[in-house]
Amino acid sequence: MAKVPVQFTLNGSEKAEFIDSGTTLLNALRDKIGDTSPKGGCHQGTCGACSVIIDGELRLSCLMLAETCNGATITTTSGLAVGGVLHPLQRAFLDTFATQCGFCTPGMIMAAKVLLDHTPNPSREDVVEALSGNICRCTGYEPIIRAVLAAARANPQNAA
Amino acid sequence: MALALQTFSTVKDADAALKSAGTRYLGGGTLVVRAANEGDVSVSGLVRSTDPALSAIAVSRGKVRIGASVTMAEIARHPELGTLAKAARAVGGPAIRNMATVGGNLFAPAPYGDFAVALLALDATVGTDEGETPIETFLAGRDDSRAIVTSVSFTKADSFRFLKVSRVKPKGVAVLSIAVVLEQAGDGTVSSARIALGCMADRPMRAKAAEKALLGRTLDPHGIAAALAAATKGTAPITDPIASAWYRAEVLPVHLGRLLLS
Ligand SMILES: Cc1cc2nc3c(=O)[nH]c(=O)nc-3n(C[C@H](O)[C@H](O)[C@H](O)COP(=O)(O)OP(=O)(O)OC[C@H]3O[C@@H](n4cnc5c(N)ncnc54)[C@H](O)[C@@H]3O)c2cc1C
Ligand code: FES
Ligand code: FES
Repeated sequence: MAKVPVQFTLNGSEKAEFIDSGTTLLNALRDKIGDTSPKGGCHQGTCGACSVIIDGELRLSCLMLAETCNGATITTTSGLAVGGVLHPLQRAFLDTFATQCGFCTPGMIMAAKVLLDHTPNPSREDVVEALSGNICRCTGYEPIIRAVLAAARANPQNAA
Repeated sequence: MALALQTFSTVKDADAALKSAGTRYLGGGTLVVRAANEGDVSVSGLVRSTDPALSAIAVSRGKVRIGASVTMAEIARHPELGTLAKAARAVGGPAIRNMATVGGNLFAPAPYGDFAVALLALDATVGTDEGETPIETFLAGRDDSRAIVTSVSFTKADSFRFLKVSRVKPKGVAVLSIAVVLEQAGDGTVSSARIALGCMADRPMRAKAAEKALLGRTLDPHGIAAALAAATKGTAPITDPIASAWYRAEVLPVHLGRLLLS
């Protein structure tokens, strides 16, 4: 199988690798680059555990080929904490019990981050819609919805 | 299993590469990469073109041309495609909509293809490098189609209505979807009707008997009764984990009635 070069910015740092042509972004991130925060739940696009943010948009890394991401800016959940301080969404997920087994959490946080980046003060319906492609088998979703709303409230720009 | 991907700047070169056995075109990949992940060995190579024309949306004097690589999310947020936004938003969740292309939706087997249902009601034409084909002819022959779809074109219709019925809210696979484009005469009677159905066959289809039964009738419960009675004529609904063929046929007239009276 021919090796192809891929080069992109992952969580602020430049990455360059040679990978097998046709490798999914999920496999490239986890197995080649060593970022295991995106999870492989279904590899079918149905669970959302592999969600990442590419050039500001939510994408499923299990259905994207890594080589189509050349030049892109990619954010994963492992890039959110700054200097050991958790991102407000990560903090809120812990505080509201929105993470149990944790398998869905990185994907949920990616979907929630895209929402808050565009809609800093979302309604409950906005949150439900934004998370509609992500499956959680543990929490029953309510704590996750509460966490996203709590993270939005914690944003100083939203202080009334 | 890994697949070799070939990228070309022109559609012509990509079309030539697509001639070799086992190759498929890569749109957003939500169906074709999923198939490969599931172990579908009939796909051994992928081809794509990065021609910018494939990603363009052009709207002028009521005529719309959407490049085949345009995603559902791009359609949903386009200021001049407001009436179509509902159909684009019906496809998958937010991440799927950022990936799913118009070109790919034309090939999506039932229960998928919600946007293609909308395009069928709008009487769109499907463009390739070889020319334009009416969508109905295109859908009928899509299994043998080897040419890259470059665009879809149609005339905007203010009377366009769309409904997707699903069990899981807000995002869920279709029980069925319906798109309707109607023209009404001055007295309110229907002068032309196009009704397209999703999940009522292996691919989007027209409800021609219902269309005919609407002509000359008014949009009230009495006027649409004959159309509803004819709605399932010629259908062969799919059975899948979402619904049986029997169930789909039972509920189609109910939902068509609601859409026509909405
Ligand atoms: C979790 C999930 C949920 C989904 N929900 C929905 C839904 O609600 N409604 C719905 O309609 N669909 C749904 N889909 C199916 C799919 O995402 C859409 O139908 C989408 O529009 C397919 O487009 P794509 O670009 O991803 O196709 P791809 O996977 O890239 O391609 C699909 C097929 O079309 C061919 N093809 C693609 N583009 C072209 C072109 N330009 N020229 C020639 N051939 C081409 C490919 O070779 C392939 O055979 C869902 C999929 C998943 C995984
Ligand atoms: S692993 Fe990608 S959606 Fe489930
Ligand atoms: S916390 Fe276990 S799947 Fe969501």
